[in-house]
Amino acid sequence: MTPPDSRSAHAATPDSYYGRPILKEPVWKPQIPFYLFTGGLAGASGVLSLAARISGDQRLARTSLYVGLAGELVSPALLVTDLGRPERFLNMLRVFKVTSPMSVGSWILFASGGATTTAAVCDKLARLPRAKRAAEIVSGVSGAPLAVYTATLLSDTAVPVWHEARRELPFVFAAGSAASAGAAATLLLPPRAARSSRRLAVAGALAGECMTFAMLRRLDFLAEPYQQAEAGTYKRVATAATLAGASLLARRGGRSRPSAVTGSALILAGELALRWSIFKAGLQSARDPDYTVRLQRRRLRQNQ
Amino acid sequence: MPEDGLVWTGESYDNTSALGADTWRHVAFIEQRAPASATDESDAHVDALRWLMSSDVCKHCTHAACLDVCPTGSLFRTEFGTVVVQEDICNGCGYCIPACPFGVIDRRTVPDSSRPGIFAGAEDGRAFKCTLCYDRLKGGHEPACAKACPTQSIQFGPLDELRDRAAKRLEKVRDDGSIGARLYGEDPDDGVGGFGAFFLLLDEPEVYGLPPDPQTTTRDLPEMWRTAAFAAGALVAGVLAIVVGGRE
Repeated sequence: MTPPDSRSAHAATPDSYYGRPILKEPVWKPQIPFYLFTGGLAGASGVLSLAARISGDQRLARTSLYVGLAGELVSPALLVTDLGRPERFLNMLRVFKVTSPMSVGSWILFASGGATTTAAVCDKLARLPRAKRAAEIVSGVSGAPLAVYTATLLSDTAVPVWHEARRELPFVFAAGSAASAGAAATLLLPPRAARSSRRLAVAGALAGECMTFAMLRRLDFLAEPYQQAEAGTYKRVATAATLAGASLLARRGGRSRPSAVTGSALILAGELALRWSIFKAGLQSARDPDYTVRLQRRRLRQNQ
Repeated sequence: MPEDGLVWTGESYDNTSALGADTWRHVAFIEQRAPASATDESDAHVDALRWLMSSDVCKHCTHAACLDVCPTGSLFRTEFGTVVVQEDICNGCGYCIPACPFGVIDRRTVPDSSRPGIFAGAEDGRAFKCTLCYDRLKGGHEPACAKACPTQSIQFGPLDELRDRAAKRLEKVRDDGSIGARLYGEDPDDGVGGFGAFFLLLDEPEVYGLPPDPQTTTRDLPEMWRTAAFAAGALVAGVLAIVVGGRE
């Protein structure tokens, strides 16, 4: 960037104090990128289960219900162990704040987790059909917010590559979680019972790739962290695995169980790698003051 | 805050290295390759160094992102208009840390023996930052930094009064030859609604490791929630179209 005229020509370095970070790097541990994946999988599985129930596909509905249950059980464990004070996890439900996506998300996860668990228990015991129906509806309705809110959570920070991705990130997460839910069900069902879930996995994977591409294009120079270092490696793995999995599922997933299993596993791995890439890109961009300064200088020039 | 080792780094007089939640040091010397004053223009002084001062004082933003995003209500706005963490409520979720556009607040990692049960002696884990000495303000005193500063470089008072004083001081500093001098954070119309603690800088904010145009991230939150609602709707519509619409 061109330094503004008023800048001293003698500045220690042009854009920062010896490259020291301006922002503090997020302190979130690996539990968080894993949760971005499991939360999305759980949420979209709730939606898929309810949609399958509506369409009369009981086998898919049941499979997705249990996939959702697995995600809903793992997610709180990941979140609680990430806290600096895990013993105070209940403070998350102390208030409800729309200004805090984490507060909103805690309540969504609470509602969704409760509903999915209730539905799964009723299903397992084959009792209380009306409670099960109600729980499935709550699980399905809270599923989409659960899959998407984490994008808002990341965007609602001062981290350049997350905040500036705020228009695309929820769509990346929505499509990716649909792909995960579809792939997980396809992995567990025989090919003839997995027609819908297979289509969802392929469509979600392709939509996710398109949204990610659009996001990186609009991020301009802020796309760099997504292509460099660890984030770049995860991104390349994500794209390769997702596209390979989608292609395999589309071509052979309906006929061959091994192909269906491999393709689904590739999509799941690709979606997990994508969440890791997004997470790591945020840390990398927070660490480097150049991204913060260039973004803000550009904004100042544009507002002049 | 326990003593943290009294370790100096080799960066000239900058013995602070990093200001944050794990140290009692909150003021940094900023080294700049520039003549001490602009009236010193002889070439012999081009390689001269000057020393600027900075600190990680919380800016106590009028629109504070850390407070907005705190999911437990631990961060709150005091009766003095400052922003303070209630340490008995903070569960160390870490959301305030990337929300702060200045990199002020951070999680404390030094061990804490007062934690209960299996966590005894584990790292503190809660978020810490400058409180503008909430306890002292309640007792009618000025913050410790302003009290201790021997040159009155750190001043405390009503914001309007400080803004007037700062404008006069800026004029004086500029007349004395520091043409790069400017106020940072005194404007209530800036991206964070004005700082509760603002600065007279002698150069661009970046030179001090400060962001040139900080913004409260939650300013864009209504737009972000709308986008999320669209994305959630698209997810539901997509799944229904494929599963219900696509059945044979």
